[in-house]
Amino acid sequence: MPDATGLELLAHDLGEAALEAVHYRGQATIVVDPAHIRTVLQTLRERGFGFLASVHGVDYYPEEPRLGVVYELLDMSRVDRIAVKARVPVDAPVIDSVTPEWPTADHQEREVYDMFGVVFRGHPDLRRILMPEDYEGHPQRRDFPIGGEPVIFTRDEGRWLEARE
Amino acid sequence: MKREVLGPAGTAGTRVDPETLRVRSLNAHQLLRGGELEGANQPAHLEGEELERYVHERLVFTTLDSAVAWARSNSFFPLAFGLACCAMEQFQTAGPRMDIARFGYEAFRASPRQADLIILAGRVSIKMAPIIRRLYDQMLEPKWAISMGACCSSMGVFNNYALVPADKFMPIDVHVPGCPPRPEALMHGVLKLREMVQDNPEAGWRERYGAVGTEERP
Repeated sequence: MPDATGLELLAHDLGEAALEAVHYRGQATIVVDPAHIRTVLQTLRERGFGFLASVHGVDYYPEEPRLGVVYELLDMSRVDRIAVKARVPVDAPVIDSVTPEWPTADHQEREVYDMFGVVFRGHPDLRRILMPEDYEGHPQRRDFPIGGEPVIFTRDEGRWLEARE
Repeated sequence: MKREVLGPAGTAGTRVDPETLRVRSLNAHQLLRGGELEGANQPAHLEGEELERYVHERLVFTTLDSAVAWARSNSFFPLAFGLACCAMEQFQTAGPRMDIARFGYEAFRASPRQADLIILAGRVSIKMAPIIRRLYDQMLEPKWAISMGACCSSMGVFNNYALVPADKFMPIDVHVPGCPPRPEALMHGVLKLREMVQDNPEAGWRERYGAVGTEERP
């Protein structure tokens, strides 16, 4: 990973898009403005980070802006990793899709959309991927009820059948 | 299409005449009494109690229903169908250590239309449930279902928004507990199912779910 100085330089090169550069527990992270995510990733790709290893979502409830999208980039020749974080507010969870440049992001952005409700602008096919199409809500948000149901054991079967009628 | 009568030694088209049939049945009768066939020098004639015992030792009387149940229960055709980690244990029951073939269940079928037992090995997500129900509906009667592991019986540790218990959308005959159940446990479950089919076919899901009369008719 870039050392602290390298990370600062990288953040400096990104200009106003980079809000913060954090070096924590051996993980280099740049927090960026969601409006510039495509240009940021493009710049980093030109610096050698050519492999988008993962796109995932985070819910920072009750912090604001609440939702986060994390892009893990990997430089295959130098074995160098960097994480790019973008935070979006929950009432307007919109961020640009990076699928046109990084085809691997297709399904992963769909998953983030499914689980957290982040809308990726410009995604070619933004549908739910894990939950049924008619599912309501985004289950990985922290204010979403865990769900589940009481377990029906054989000894309760009579009661259950009664309740169904 | 012309139907042909099969004669002795499979010679098609030759009708057996009544005289030959009579001789055959006489021969069979003689054999049953412990005698030798005609032409042999000393046919032993059994009478009374001896004949009774002789017949009892050589014949088994049963009802057609239990004979059919016996045959069915000793050759389930499970559907080759794994959902999650339980499937690994399911494979092992077919492996050399547990060897499900000892009981005649080794023919895992790749098509639900050839299977009569579905083993739900793993967790059933909400999106998967209609697909499993469809597979179950495609299986021919009589059919049985085993729910293997905690997830598809009670949702186990995944008792949340993602999963649905198998009982909610299809009838289950045997629940095998465990997370995942060892191959021995699955084997025990299958043998329990065999017991159920052999001894008490009425204990099936139709009775429990009040679905008698919904059988498929040919």
